[in-house]
This record gives sequence, C-alpha cells and structure tokens, in this order.
Amino acid sequence: MDIGLTHYLVLAVLLFGIGLYGALSRRHAIVILMCIELMLNAANIMLVAFSKYTAYHQFDGQALVMFCFVVAAAEVSVGLAIIITFYRRRKNIDIRDVNLLKW
Amino acid sequence: MNSIAPELIWAIWLLPLAAFAVIIPLVRPFPGKAEPASYFSIGAVGSSFILSCWLLISVWGAEGRQILVNGPTWLNIAGGPLFNFNLLLDPLSAVMLLVVTAVSFMVQIYSRAYMHSDPSYRRYFAYISLFTASMLGLIMSANLLFTFMFWELVGLSSYLLIGFWFHRPSAIAAAKKAFLITRIGDVGFLAALLLLYSNAGTLDILTLNSSAVTAVLSGSVLTLAALGLFLGAVGKSGQFPLHTWLPDAMEGPTPVSALIHAATMVAAGVFLVGRMFPLFEAAPYALTVVGIVGALTAVFAGTIGLVMKDIKRVLAYSTISQLGLMFLGLSVGGVWVGVFFLFNHAFFKALLFLGAGSINHATGTFDMREMGGLRRRMPWTCVCFTIAALSLAGIWPLAGFFSKEEVLAAALAQQPVLFAFAILTTFLTAFYIFRVVFMVFAGEYRGSQRLHESPKTMLIPMIILAIPAIASGWLNANGGFEGLFEGHVTHSFWEGIFGLLTHPLAWISLGAAGLGILIAYVMYIKVWIKPDRIKGELHPVYAIITHKYWMDDLYENLIAKSLLYRGVFRAAQWIDRVVIDGAANALTSITKVFANRASHSQNGALQLYAFVGITGALIIALVVLLI
Repeated sequence: MDIGLTHYLVLAVLLFGIGLYGALSRRHAIVILMCIELMLNAANIMLVAFSKYTAYHQFDGQALVMFCFVVAAAEVSVGLAIIITFYRRRKNIDIRDVNLLKW
Repeated sequence: MNSIAPELIWAIWLLPLAAFAVIIPLVRPFPGKAEPASYFSIGAVGSSFILSCWLLISVWGAEGRQILVNGPTWLNIAGGPLFNFNLLLDPLSAVMLLVVTAVSFMVQIYSRAYMHSDPSYRRYFAYISLFTASMLGLIMSANLLFTFMFWELVGLSSYLLIGFWFHRPSAIAAAKKAFLITRIGDVGFLAALLLLYSNAGTLDILTLNSSAVTAVLSGSVLTLAALGLFLGAVGKSGQFPLHTWLPDAMEGPTPVSALIHAATMVAAGVFLVGRMFPLFEAAPYALTVVGIVGALTAVFAGTIGLVMKDIKRVLAYSTISQLGLMFLGLSVGGVWVGVFFLFNHAFFKALLFLGAGSINHATGTFDMREMGGLRRRMPWTCVCFTIAALSLAGIWPLAGFFSKEEVLAAALAQQPVLFAFAILTTFLTAFYIFRVVFMVFAGEYRGSQRLHESPKTMLIPMIILAIPAIASGWLNANGGFEGLFEGHVTHSFWEGIFGLLTHPLAWISLGAAGLGILIAYVMYIKVWIKPDRIKGELHPVYAIITHKYWMDDLYENLIAKSLLYRGVFRAAQWIDRVVIDGAANALTSITKVFANRASHSQNGALQLYAFVGITGALIIALVVLLI
C-alpha cells in the first residue's frame, strides 16, 4: 500500500484530536503543555505533508516548520517558567486552581 | 497733488494694526519702559490721519468720487462669488476716516497724560490701536462680510476697553453688558447678511446698492434685510431699546469714552445705514422706522440726561440722543445730512468727554454735586468745555448749529411730527448740557480736592479739538460738504454762514436752545427756581426719569432674572437633569444589570474557556464551509 497525502492528514488529525482532548480534560499543567505540543506537531506534520505532495520543488512549508520548532521551544520555556512560579506559590500544579481570572 | 497710491490706502488701517502687533509683545518684557508703546501707537495713527487727509482730496478728484482698491481673495465658495477683501473709498468713507483718525490722534495724545500713572499703560495703547485699526477697516471695506468682521472687532476692542480696569466689578459687569446687548443687534446684522446673500448672491456693497439688485429683490426681502441691518446699527449706536449698555460703558477710561463711546464706534451704526443707503431708500418702510426710532431715542435719552448726577452719564445719554438725531437726519435728509451731523458731533462730543476727563483728573470724581467753581482753577478746561457745550446746544455760529439746521430743515420738509421731536431734543440738549456747565464751573467748589489745571499734554488736544468744535460746520457754508456727497452745490461762504439766520427755522431752533440755556441759568445759577422744588412737584415724572424708564430693570429683573433665569433656564435645567441625564443613567443601569448576570459565566476555569473558544471556532469553520 502506497503511503499518500491522506495518510499523513489522518495521522495529523488524530494527533491533533488527542492533543485537544488532553488539553481540555487533563488537570496536570505539564500534561496540558505536552498536549499543546502534540497539537503543534500535528500542524507541523500537515505543513510538511502539503509541502511534499502539492508544492513541487518548493520548501515553504518545510521552512515554516523550522520556525514552528523555535516558537514551540520558546513557548515551552515560558510555559514551564509560569508553571514553576505557580508551583512555588501553591505547592501544586492542578489547573483547576488557576481560576483567579474571573468576574 | 497726485492721487494717493493704493499701498498708502492700505497703510491707513494697517499702520494702527502694526502698532498693536508691535506693542503686544512689548507688554511684558520691558516692565519699566511704558513710553514707547504710546510712541508707536500715536505715530501710527498720526500717519493714518495724514494719509486720510490725502485720501479725502484724492476721492474729491477721483472719477465718480470713488476709488476701489482690489485686495486679496479671502474666501472662495465653490459655485459662488469670491469674497475679495477690497477697499471702497467714497466721500462717506473718506469723511469717516478723517473723523476717526483725527479724534483717535487727539485722544491718544491726551491719554499719554491721562493714563500716565496707570500700571497698564501699554495694554491701553495696544487696545486703542486695535480699536483704531478695526474701525478704519470697518469704514473702508467694500464687502459687507468684512464690514461685519470689523464690526465685531470694534465690539471686541470696546469690550476690552470698557473692562480695562478689570479689578472693578462694575467695569466687568459693564463690559459684559455692552458685549451681550450689542450682540442682540449683531444677530440682526448677521440675519440681514444671510438674507442678502441668499437672495442677491453677493455681499459686495456696490452691487447690493446698485438699482439692478434692489429692483430684483422683492419688497419684503428688501425691507427685512434693511431692518436687520438697522437692528445691528441700533445695537452699536445705542438706540432705543438697545441703548442700556452705552451709559454703563462709561466705566472705561474717559479717553476711551471720548473715542469709542462718543465719537467713532457708536457712529458705526449711522455709518452702516449711510453705507447701505440706496438699499434703505428702496425700502421706504425701513427708512421710516429708522427715522421714528431715531426721533424717539433722541427725546427719550435727552430726558434721562436731564437728571443724571454723573457728568459722564449725562454725556452718554447726550450721545444716545444725538445719535438718534443722526438717524433722523439720515431718514429724512439722506446720507450727507446724517453724516454731516456725525462729523460735527464727533469733534465736540469728544471734546466734552476729554473735558470731563480733565475735570476728573482734578477733582477725582465724576459726581457733579462735588464740583462747582472750577472755572477759576481750570480756565482752559472751562473754555474748551463751554465751547463744546455751545456747539452741542446748537448755538450760531458753532459747528453744531449748522448740522442741526440741516436735520431740522429736512425733518420739517418731510414730516412735522419728527420735526417736533427734533426741536424738543434741541431744547433738552441745551438744558442738560448747560446744567452740567453751570453745576461744574459756576458757583463755589463743593468738593475737598486741591484743584489744579490739567497738564499741557491733556490741554493741547482739547484746544486743537475746540477748533473743529467751532468751525467744522463752516465746511458746508459754501455747500462744500453737501457737494462732496451730492455733486456741486455752491454758494458763497459768508452767505452760508449768515444766510441761515434769515430763515425763521434758525430762530425757532435758536429759540429752543436759548430757552434751554435760560432755564438752566435760572435754576442752577440764580436759583430762582429750586431744582429740588421741581423734583417734589413733578415727583412721578422725576421718578420715571431717574429710573431711566425702568429699562435696566426691565432687562435685568424681568427678562434676565424672571423670564430667562427662573423660566427658560430652569426649564432647560430640568430637561437636562431629568430627561437627558435620566436617559443616560437609565442606559447605564440596564447595562449594569445585564453585565452582572453575564459576568458570572466567567468562572475562571481555564479549560472551559478553551473549550468554548474552540467550539466557537469550529462552528465558524462549519458555517464557512457549508455556506
């Protein structure tokens, strides 16, 4: 069986769905961060797949993925820093305790 | 002599403006040096005076007695006419220029001494230059739009100068009153401008005055426009019923009263009617109104002048009364009769005010009950003041006699009732001005000051002004003044001076004036009739007159306080508080209630926020895809 564009897209959608579900349902802040990374990577897979199958001899999509990595790394460092600060104040990282932003 | 160059015509009004512009930045930086301010100001107006004389000669010799100087475009309305700032010089404006620059020149020299110890010396000269520039601009402009702009500028400088001593509450109140009441008239002026512009499509004075335009405008439009212009003139010239600001304007420095509130600015109303005279002629009803208002005001203000105790107030009511005669003269005799009166009046009335200032300089008051016997200590002031008083009373052969004769003769020819008013005014004028002369200069001094004659700087302008107060009427003795306006009318000079005495009319007017002086003499020198006894016997009449016919009470208590303040403004305040504020408050309350409800949906659960956000994004995506 040839592996085509559809397979990549299905993989990306599954990955994104898992990430989204995790981000919305888990309580551990680091797990949520990981799930967000999953969603980012799902997007990256799509970018590379489209770049490979639709735009011949063009590397825009693949170049964009490189930027995504950088952004993701930066985002993770900021996110982890926030989580550490939060942990120092509350002694836990349950996302349900992050509820001060309300009326 | 060559005709005057256009640049020099511009200089006539730009020079005082330049003086203003130079003095204003000098007001603060050099606190110790006051003198240069007056040099700039007096130099500028002196040059303007010389140029005005040259201009009058040029106008006399010009084609059609008219010089039109083209100026820059001020306003360009798409599809409409250009508003060019042109200058129109004809006999009317040339004569007015001469009056304004001459009186302003004399008054400013006088002010150097009168205002000498005033800490705001420079501000005074800055304002008076601004006034002179605006007044000259008003006179020369060839377009009613610019006439209106300068009209407002003279109003502004009048306001500034009435309130010159702004630490006095009465001066501030008087300035505000002058500003507000003349504003009522100015609304009429503006309405007339809009009416003329929308119907004739131009505000150019020559075009509006041409018979082509006055014939095109229908009768009612023309009458309304003329009445609107006249309302502006009524406000500016202190005619009934908008006269109440002028007596209060005497709160300003006395030279200002002489220049602005006696000789020049208040005559702007007469000038305006004279300027638009063909328009008024085409609207005979409006011209009749001009005459009636003038005649009524002349008698009305004259009677109030009889009982005032303050010398400047007597002169103020006298000014109102004489301006009434000018309007009467315009109405019955045409432009030159009114303007001839204005021309003579400017000199002797300015002299009377300068005399009052000189008296005040010595006695420190304007209250005539604290004067008396000043003739011994202030002979020069006494002589000048008496000359001006005789001229005002219309005694042959002084200036006032000739212009009053022309008004009387024209009134008699046109309308005997108006003539009766004019004769009555002649009698009243002679009485009240000689009441002043006798109370101030005759008898014994009743005050407590050490009297002294005023300095030369004040006396010399007065003596110079006494010359036209005697002789300015002789300009028409050979028909010269009339000829300037109406084409050539000539008779011999001596016939002009003495010939009038052969007419019975002259004797009627001299008789009325003489009777007035005689009664004043009997009452205030011989005291055969005690003023207090008349006061007692005619008490109701006396009460009406001393209360100035309750005009101030009518405006301030009835209209301002009761009608406007308690009625209209309260109602407006209620609407503002209940309806407008209420609507705004109701809106915020409703918003608040909904906001309180809605804000509870924000419970701080981050994952719920994310869920709602993503669901929303999905719904939008679905909608976009499916449609």
